[in-house]
Amino acid sequence: MFSLSVVTPEKVHYELEAKSLIVPGSEGYLGVLAHHAPLITVLKPGRLEFVDSDDKMHLLSVSVGFLEVSDNKATILADAVEEADSIDIDRAQKAYDRAQDRVTKAFEKGTDISLERARKSLQRALNRINIYKEIN
Amino acid sequence: MATLRDVKKRIKTVESTERITKAMEMVAASKLRRAQQRVEETRPYSKKMDEMLSHLATGSTGDIVHPYFEERDVKKQTVVVFTSDRGLCGSFNANVIRKINGWMKKNSDVETEIVTVGKKASDLLKKHQNPLVGNFSDWGGSLEMGKARELVSFLSERFVAGETDRIILFFTRFLSTVRYKLVDELYLPIAKPDVSNNETKVNSYYIFEPTPEIIYSALMPSYVTTKMVTALVESFASEHGSRMMAMGNATKNAGEMRQTLTLEYNKARQGQITKELLEVISGAEALVG
Repeated sequence: MFSLSVVTPEKVHYELEAKSLIVPGSEGYLGVLAHHAPLITVLKPGRLEFVDSDDKMHLLSVSVGFLEVSDNKATILADAVEEADSIDIDRAQKAYDRAQDRVTKAFEKGTDISLERARKSLQRALNRINIYKEIN
Repeated sequence: MATLRDVKKRIKTVESTERITKAMEMVAASKLRRAQQRVEETRPYSKKMDEMLSHLATGSTGDIVHPYFEERDVKKQTVVVFTSDRGLCGSFNANVIRKINGWMKKNSDVETEIVTVGKKASDLLKKHQNPLVGNFSDWGGSLEMGKARELVSFLSERFVAGETDRIILFFTRFLSTVRYKLVDELYLPIAKPDVSNNETKVNSYYIFEPTPEIIYSALMPSYVTTKMVTALVESFASEHGSRMMAMGNATKNAGEMRQTLTLEYNKARQGQITKELLEVISGAEALVG
């Protein structure tokens, strides 16, 4: 067991003892168990999974963020996380459509910055939709 | 002596003012509650972020190579002044402006430009001899993430482009409902985390994925945004708190005034009755005589 905290600018989502954790690291998914070596990594949009002390599995969507592990403590700082069962699919779908639109427009105009941004929000929306589908 | 009608009219005016200030006090109180909650919610994130940055600096070897850390000779500097959009909040804005004016007088040897947050600052500093380069108003007393990001990118782009060598935030920190503190905080460049005296020094075998440089470049924008958000929510909470107090005082004063006026009204009324009685009596006496 190790202590896990999931914090976003809005609130502290979780602060508990966990048995295992899987996060979307920038270089691919990685797992954390108790007494993991000290680590700092960048998170990309994806699925966040952890098992708490009662063997209950939690599934969340995470947008960009960071993970730090040290002293048997894992800290996730994310821009936003959403529990899989509280994802608003309509909102996610709308965000997806909007981002798709923006990608097309940015592509036509050929502006790199807005294309990059639009792609990122498309990725985030798609991630939320995928996680929603996983449990529904 | 004021006539009965005049006094009555004044009582009415005072009463309606009292009602308005009372309502404003309640609105401010409910906004304050929300703002206060917001302040408390942002604190853990910003604390963890500080910790992570400090661990990153301790754990990684080599110098920090990110433009936000670059310390240059200060030839030009930017001050960011946080005020409210609306008035009627006591001395909240006046205090900020007084502090910034005093500070600028002391630091007049360096070229200083002003960025304002909130309408009041831009109104009050418009005619200042120092140039006003940016104005971010119309927050409505609560945090709007998009706008905060705009402000952050405006400032950080100016800093990275070398248009300013130092950015300082002047805002009111929220300590409790009745205690505020005006602070000036260095925003950019970011002070390098103190590496020498850190208990995690022993733990300096961190794994970095992919590399410290990439983590820095991902972490720093979040870091400066978090710092800005903190300043904004603290300032908003202080604003609502000051307004609540100012309106509370106004309500109290209006109540006192209403009491004095009512007393005056009753005296005048009594006086008039006495006068009428005297007239009736003297009239009756004249008839008898």
